[in-house]
Amino acid sequence: MAAANDAFVLRVNRLTKRFGAGCPSCYALTGPAGETNICPRCGSIVACHDVSFDLEEGEILGIVGESGSGKSTLVRCLYFDEEVTDGEAFLAAYGGGRVNLFAATAQKKRHVRNHLMGMVYQNPLLGIKPHFTAGGNVAEKLLTADIYNYAGIRTRAAALLTRTEIPRGRMDDFPAYFSGGMQQRVQIAKALANNPPLLFLDEITIGLDLSVQARVLDLVKEIQRELGIAMLAVSHDLGVIRMLADRTAVMKNGRIVELGLTDQILEDPQHRYTQLLVQSML
Amino acid sequence: MNDLLTVHGLCKNFLLHRQHDAKLLTGCSDVSFSLKPGEFMGIAGPSGAGKSTIIKCIYRTYLPSEGEIFYRTKDGREVDLAAAPERDIISLRRSEMSYVSQFLKVIPRVPAVDILAEQLVARGWRPDGARERAREYLQMMNIDPSLWDTSPVTFSGGEQQRVNLARALITQPRLLLLDEPTASLDAETKKIVVQALLYLKKQGSTMIGVFHDSDVMRRLVDRVFTMTGGRCRSITRMQEVV
Repeated sequence: MAAANDAFVLRVNRLTKRFGAGCPSCYALTGPAGETNICPRCGSIVACHDVSFDLEEGEILGIVGESGSGKSTLVRCLYFDEEVTDGEAFLAAYGGGRVNLFAATAQKKRHVRNHLMGMVYQNPLLGIKPHFTAGGNVAEKLLTADIYNYAGIRTRAAALLTRTEIPRGRMDDFPAYFSGGMQQRVQIAKALANNPPLLFLDEITIGLDLSVQARVLDLVKEIQRELGIAMLAVSHDLGVIRMLADRTAVMKNGRIVELGLTDQILEDPQHRYTQLLVQSML
Repeated sequence: MNDLLTVHGLCKNFLLHRQHDAKLLTGCSDVSFSLKPGEFMGIAGPSGAGKSTIIKCIYRTYLPSEGEIFYRTKDGREVDLAAAPERDIISLRRSEMSYVSQFLKVIPRVPAVDILAEQLVARGWRPDGARERAREYLQMMNIDPSLWDTSPVTFSGGEQQRVNLARALITQPRLLLLDEPTASLDAETKKIVVQALLYLKKQGSTMIGVFHDSDVMRRLVDRVFTMTGGRCRSITRMQEVV
């Protein structure tokens, strides 16, 4: 486990997300030991429980686990798409890293999200509006980050789209008519628009064909190298995690069962579930 | 104490969880040795003797079960690689410690020259300078210039292995861990690799290499650590072997 340190970009403490009313035995009766995240007594779903980690500067932290292990819920909680049940999160770039983001007002949360975070969803259409132009989508993110100069926005949008290999000539076209891979790259351009210190990637290569997958991964790596953005990358594909992540957390039934260097997780997995996962890799 | 690396009582066990029970396998046990700066140590022994286990423990791809691995950093700190926090390991890997496996693992479709250049860009080089240096290393490894702008996925096994090695050499690591760097190379190519490693040694790098090929080993290393069944059988100066 990562030792406590002060170089974190994002620190998550004991995050819990439960869907349902809950009962006193919810947490004891769910988790990897019982191999379920549905409480047998009250039927509540414990999507994440007691999740803690530090994301360090310039680091990509991978999160792997099977469907329903709580990876996406975790990211959605951190991006304020979901309200957490319990726990704390601290962002170094906000309030000196001492203010619990989950306790902030909705207005503050919106500010943090617009100025300090970027999100790339599995489904590009969650992140971009198909009937705004590609450039317009990037502009939208800039506007929410309080950048209003028209010429400035246009130049920045063009630069970002070029960066993510969207041809200049398609800037004023609608992403509704783009291929899935191109939509994903528009979404990445949009997520990067406000120069966030923190980027969330939720299964960004799912549904893309292999050639496009490789290009998106290379793009993400390049962005990390050149801009030093810290990223949280969720994937159930160990091959993707191997290429991207420095460290990896393994989730099972809403809990982190193991966290370590990515090559250590893959070659010397300690937990029973991680061993099963790695041995099942094609 | 001016050793660069001191391994003391290193043990590595693997606990394999199975359906109803667990099985304990031994990788290596009670391994101890030390290395002076600039020294090159070879690890020899039959397959399954635990040779790779040792260097993977040093690189922390394996979590050591017992023992200490003291490494003296560039700025003079002593770090126990067996117990150091992960972020220290990551930062050492980025700045002074490299590991070369037998197989190249890269993002597909990235040209060979960029795979090498990335290493330098990550260390603060400008992309142009990094590419320039990358070409020099591809040249040194005798990779045909017509291949430089294509992805190594299309290369032959031996070419991939040389790109893999070049990727580590270009960063001039202080400590280089090699897992059979010449395993599938022809005689001519082996010569090139030996030259490159000797060049790096002359620059002052300290190295540990797992070898099957005793001929290559003899040309490179100062000392040989021979293993059987996870334990050290002997440590000998090179002249005494074979």
